[in-house]
Amino acid sequence: MHHVVLDRWSHGESALHRRDARAKTIAVLIFLVALATAQRAFLPLSVCDLGILAATIIAAGLPLGAALKRAAVVLPFTAVFAAISLAAGEPMRAATLVGKSYLSALAVLVLVSTTPLPELLGGLERTGVPRYLLMVAQFLYRYLFVISEEAQHMRAALQAKSGTLRRAVWDRGKFAAAGGALGVLFARSYAHADDIHQAMLARGFQGHFLTLSGRSFRRADVFFVAGALVIVAGTRAAVEAWI
Amino acid sequence: MQPLVEVRDLRFQYDDGTVALDGVDFQLFAGETVAVLGANGSGKTTFVLHLNGLLMGQGSVRVCGVPVRPNTLAQVRQKVGLVFQDSDNQLFMPTVLEDVAFGPLNLGLEREQARTRALDALAAVGMAHASGKAPYHLSAGEKKRVAIAGILAMNPEILVLDEPTTFLDPPGQNALVELLDELPQAKILVTHDVDCARALASRAVFFERGKIAGEGTVPEVVARFNWDRISLHRQAGSRL
Repeated sequence: MHHVVLDRWSHGESALHRRDARAKTIAVLIFLVALATAQRAFLPLSVCDLGILAATIIAAGLPLGAALKRAAVVLPFTAVFAAISLAAGEPMRAATLVGKSYLSALAVLVLVSTTPLPELLGGLERTGVPRYLLMVAQFLYRYLFVISEEAQHMRAALQAKSGTLRRAVWDRGKFAAAGGALGVLFARSYAHADDIHQAMLARGFQGHFLTLSGRSFRRADVFFVAGALVIVAGTRAAVEAWI
Repeated sequence: MQPLVEVRDLRFQYDDGTVALDGVDFQLFAGETVAVLGANGSGKTTFVLHLNGLLMGQGSVRVCGVPVRPNTLAQVRQKVGLVFQDSDNQLFMPTVLEDVAFGPLNLGLEREQARTRALDALAAVGMAHASGKAPYHLSAGEKKRVAIAGILAMNPEILVLDEPTTFLDPPGQNALVELLDELPQAKILVTHDVDCARALASRAVFFERGKIAGEGTVPEVVARFNWDRISLHRQAGSRL
């Protein structure tokens, strides 16, 4: 499962993994702002930005190929808008759109692959992001596991009854049944999620996720943010000056 | 001697109108292990959810002298540790250590204290080696042990276990029974597993249609309600 892999990656031991979640979030924000506001020389700049992210992924001990592949999950969404730009006779805009969305996704992937989610959310909370929003994110993440587990169980049950998912979806006669199965999936997931919530309440949960990690914003984190700023802004300035 | 748990005339009805509890009286004393037996839907799980304040019905529930009310929940949940039937529901943090420390952190312990408590609890259930693992990588038996560790880390005075042997193979069941037998807390076991009840419980109560229909030693209750597999098989055989 996609999120299980990211969760496993986030528990690494690299220097990047050890940085405070706030430092990494700020570094990613710097990268995203620099990327989003780039107008001139986008193609050479995107190659340099890809190089920066690839170096970061390697330094963090993450598998480069797998990370690059996973970030491509955003491409189907942006491809629609890129196709519209192409049809309007703006190939450069289309390329920029695809490039920016892919690099943004890759940057966020690096962040979540080097920061366990509770730590990331804790860091965001300490930077003033509303707690309610973060709690929704935490539950959403936990319940992704629930829904995928339920879906796997139901899929196994379907296959055991000699059906296949593809037939269920494409056979017109069975489409309604597939829709019903989706409803059952959500009903089961809801019940399962309710059980998890009860288990959390039983252990004293009061609406606030507390974690063992007590990382503080240290001097190394300041250097990390400063380094990110210098590399990202410096790369952009150098590329724009060169072109 | 004051009971650890005292329930009087407890009644509860679900939103769909199902009467789940219909006047339950119950007491649990220090050092006791009580097996809660009964058919599916007889009210066993609904009953134990009241002990932790996850459900609140009419009547009175007191835990270590503290009435279970919305304003005493934090206190009550520290005293009553609830181990759910499906361990997957109870393990929601990214690592085993984080999960076991979840309760102590919610009790207000400092991070280092919570970490120590969690490691001690994991050692007590023989799972210290798994502290850095993700819970979904564990076997069913290991998950159950970690779920119990998560409760033990809160230092409860009462352990409530809902179908503790479900999903476990026979060696896993034996290991769990040995583990539970060594724990000093008073225990309530909701179970269909009569062997487990016989091994651990000094007393049993039998639920029927939301009421306690009988109580006594485990063999007495099992015999009175024909509640072991052999007698059920015999009954079925005599009907054929």
